[in-house]
Amino acid sequence: MTDTPPTDRTSPLHDIHVAGGASFTDFAGWQMPVSYGSDLAEHHAVRTSAGIFDISHMAEILVSGADAAAFLDYALAGKLSAIGAFQAKYSLLLDETGGIVDDLVVYRLGDEVFFVVANAGNRYPVVEALTARAASFPGVTVDDQSDDIALIAVQGPASRSILEATADLTDFSVALDELKYYWSSDATFDGTAVLVGRTGYTGEDGFELYISTGRAAELWQALVTAGEGTGLIPAGLASRDTLRLEAGMPLYGHELGLDTFPVQAGLGRVVNLRKEGDFVGRASVETGPPAGARVLVGLTTEGRRAGRAGYPVVTGDAEVGTITSGALSPTLGYPVAMAYVDPAVVESGDPLFIDVRGTKIPATVVTLPFYKRAAN
Amino acid sequence: MADVTTLQYTAEHEWVLVDGDIATVGITAYAADKLGDVVFVELPQSGSALAEGAIVGEIESTKSVGELFAPVNGEVVEANEAVVNDPSLVNSDPFGEGWLIKVKFTELPTLLSHTEYTVLVGE
Repeated sequence: MTDTPPTDRTSPLHDIHVAGGASFTDFAGWQMPVSYGSDLAEHHAVRTSAGIFDISHMAEILVSGADAAAFLDYALAGKLSAIGAFQAKYSLLLDETGGIVDDLVVYRLGDEVFFVVANAGNRYPVVEALTARAASFPGVTVDDQSDDIALIAVQGPASRSILEATADLTDFSVALDELKYYWSSDATFDGTAVLVGRTGYTGEDGFELYISTGRAAELWQALVTAGEGTGLIPAGLASRDTLRLEAGMPLYGHELGLDTFPVQAGLGRVVNLRKEGDFVGRASVETGPPAGARVLVGLTTEGRRAGRAGYPVVTGDAEVGTITSGALSPTLGYPVAMAYVDPAVVESGDPLFIDVRGTKIPATVVTLPFYKRAAN
Repeated sequence: MADVTTLQYTAEHEWVLVDGDIATVGITAYAADKLGDVVFVELPQSGSALAEGAIVGEIESTKSVGELFAPVNGEVVEANEAVVNDPSLVNSDPFGEGWLIKVKFTELPTLLSHTEYTVLVGE
């Protein structure tokens, strides 16, 4: 691999975002919309009606071959051979030490075909790791299709009705009202293949639509047109971050990293130690992190001053943890944060405080997620 | 809303409106836009002494924290309680209802003109 990460890439939807008044932020070398005016309005739209996100910076890798399922059982922490065609699974790619190279969503498209979706910032490490691990699986190919595939997410309670009303979005292999969470359907948009997953990163019902880059702008416009009158608005990465934080979903580089064991992040269930055979990281995961390794917890505080990534968590004069993500929750109205803290402190119930730029604010440990949508 | 071309500015993205020996201070639309939706504002109390360049307040959005630097030496004569109660005023009307503090000053430092500030932010 001689590719070097580009530094100033733009999405195939860039012109639409500019016309829509977006402000942009650098994200993993991409210029992506951070907001179209009000990140709070975008957040609330997703909770109450719907938001449409461009997440075309995400990486898509097609894994295929007769041994593709066995390969992924070896390369990833989960048992991908156990899922059926069109099912999706959240998984982790570990290194030999048990550290997290990336968190992924894997869609099974057929007996011998899987579609792996990685974080933009981890595209090259994931492709390199999968390619290297495929060496002992002759006939398995790892094809990085990221440059050819755009990804549009429609998230929120109105998202299903919006997709159903979208012109030229047809030929669903599974009707949307029968498509379950973490399953996907084939579809076509005006003759072009689309993969529609009932997946997302907001804590709401929603869909993610994968389409070739050349048709992405037309699909975006068709979705927006179908959403007129529903409250659908374009939403940027700022609201995506507060939405996933409320939903207790980890973000690579904040809650997850090479120095994090899955169990520390509360992702022990994502690692399948019951599956037969070896997988990369297995021995380290079975040994586990050192005793007393910090664990991820949810913290809430009163008032409106939020703890932010990097702020210390203290008890008495002792620093016992660090915040990895934090914000004033737009939905809940009080500050929420995820933090790695010493497990002994959590068990002891000692009063915890967040050091917000010199002011110690009492914090309460809560079970994640902070927000869970009402069952429908 | 004040006429932005007649205001003076700091490199920390504050605007200053001078009227006699009272300076009204806020943050610019550029700064408010960069912060995103403001959800919390903390301001110095009326009567506080300010030292030019010191951090005297905080403006928090959902995603980040901005600091309010005192643009002049002086004494706070009024803090905008309306903004503390409704921080979104910083976004909706940064040069008007979103003003932050009024300061009685003794001497005005050299500040940036509108033209100079516009060049600074490249817009």
